[in-house]
Amino acid sequence: MSNRLITFADVSRFYGEVLGINRVNLAIPPGITSLVGPNGSGKTTLMNLMTGLIRPTKGDIRVLGIKPSHTEELCRVVGYCAQFDAFPKGLTGYQFVHSFLRIRGMSAAECDERTQTALQTVNMVDAAHRHVAAYSKGMRQRIKLAQAIAHDPQVIVLDEPLNGLDPMARAETIELFRKWGAAERHVIVSSHILHEVDRISDQVILLSQGYVVAEGQIHGVRSEVKDQPMQILIQCDHPHALAARLFQQDHVVEAKIHPDGKGILLRTKDADRFYLLLNRIILEGGLEVESVAPADDDVNSVYQYLIGGEGGAV
Amino acid sequence: MSLAARQLAGVIRLELKKTFFTRRGWWVYFLALGPLGLNLIHTLGSLRRALFHGVTQDSFLFAGEFQTYFLHLGMFFGCVGIFANLFRGEMLEKTMHYYFLTPVRRELLVLGKYISGAAVAVVLFTTSAVLSFYLVGYHQGAAWSDFVLHGPGLRQMALYAVTAILACLGYGAVFLTAGLLFRNPMIAAAVVWVWENLNPFLPTFLKKISIIFYLKSLLPVQLPVPPGRGGNLFELLMTEADPTPAALAATGLVVVTALILTYAAISARRAEISYGE
Repeated sequence: MSNRLITFADVSRFYGEVLGINRVNLAIPPGITSLVGPNGSGKTTLMNLMTGLIRPTKGDIRVLGIKPSHTEELCRVVGYCAQFDAFPKGLTGYQFVHSFLRIRGMSAAECDERTQTALQTVNMVDAAHRHVAAYSKGMRQRIKLAQAIAHDPQVIVLDEPLNGLDPMARAETIELFRKWGAAERHVIVSSHILHEVDRISDQVILLSQGYVVAEGQIHGVRSEVKDQPMQILIQCDHPHALAARLFQQDHVVEAKIHPDGKGILLRTKDADRFYLLLNRIILEGGLEVESVAPADDDVNSVYQYLIGGEGGAV
Repeated sequence: MSLAARQLAGVIRLELKKTFFTRRGWWVYFLALGPLGLNLIHTLGSLRRALFHGVTQDSFLFAGEFQTYFLHLGMFFGCVGIFANLFRGEMLEKTMHYYFLTPVRRELLVLGKYISGAAVAVVLFTTSAVLSFYLVGYHQGAAWSDFVLHGPGLRQMALYAVTAILACLGYGAVFLTAGLLFRNPMIAAAVVWVWENLNPFLPTFLKKISIIFYLKSLLPVQLPVPPGRGGNLFELLMTEADPTPAALAATGLVVVTALILTYAAISARRAEISYGE
């Protein structure tokens, strides 16, 4: 089982006296995992550690059972699209992808084939023979992605991969992540764009000041945040009557009629008790419920509850 | 071809693509090709004024040029420019991680970068030295051709070429390592330059901890000491009082180079990506 996981066991990394991450314990399964946190929270440190670019001050890391200190072995299964917008000088996009495949020891023919495939994947075939220096920010981002995936890695680590991409490219790239995630690969993504993280992630890791403050599936993480009442949106035909019933409950903190007059936004300290009550009300009759949905179990809300601030936006 | 050989070839191919004929390396080309221009001017001037001062004098002229310019300035700083940037340049441009994310042993990476740098340096400076040697006496016509092709000139030319190659290999290893170890390898280069130039004044055992000591032992022509008060200082600077036999000097230099490169490989193995962010 551990050979399918990326594990961090009590891992700390200090830069001199500056904390990078501290006492991190993680077991990341295949699928899309998002690293979320403000600048300096340790996202890039975590990524650099799992790709072997830096070593932990303390603790043990395994990527599919491989120690990152075994760089030759690790780099066969890992592809990393780092945040740095920098490229070796004087190369075209094609040469950039091709050259680093050659360094892996592949034959020229195999490199040609893989380069073509990677360029097609990121939709960069037309611009492949232009110098990288002449690319737009979005094109540079895509060629970096092509270089990171050209060797067909099992673990794909992407630091702010959606930066600089136009909406179309962003949608295509997210679709790629989904495809890789569905193919049981590890896709580790850091992003500030929380609503997109919310859409694509199988699990999230929330980081703050070098500590992991929460991890897991976002709905599960939300339910663990006990000190913040859960928000639930109920759309129904008699919101005022429902609100009156709900106000009698001690776990209900707030119930607001929705501006369109067709629902209630409820805040409750005990969601389970609320759902039981709602079932009873419906069974008693007299209330037509159109939908019931949690209103704050997204990454943005969890981020605000756990880390504070506005989270992130496009 | 084995995997390691293919990976090494991949590194060399990429490095040559990046380092040969780049605009930012113009000053290295200037350092290497500058003497050719000067010797061309010397030859053309001598032809115009019909100055034919004998092959021995031109041989001494080149010996002085090789010792003062090639060894102490041109090849030294040329190697600084080529080799110190092989790793430090990648760090400054934040491109080192692309190499570190490939499944290539760091030792191979060091070797590949070193070979590509050495290829550039050796081609530039050896070609420049050999052509400069040929040009310095070209105006002598048949006498010089005879000296070069049938006399001691051929041996001298070969020894200058060997010395240039060994200088590139030796200084290359030093500056590649400096680029790996120091944030600012220019400071290290300045320290090495002072050390190398202080060499004539050092006791024999300290002299041997340098590149220039071995290179001077390989030189085919010892410059005659000019008469007058400055003779002793000139002799001290230009002649090696305790020369090592040429074969031993060459072997010593290769061994020193190998040791420095081994240390660089160990350092690369431990290196992390730190772009100072």
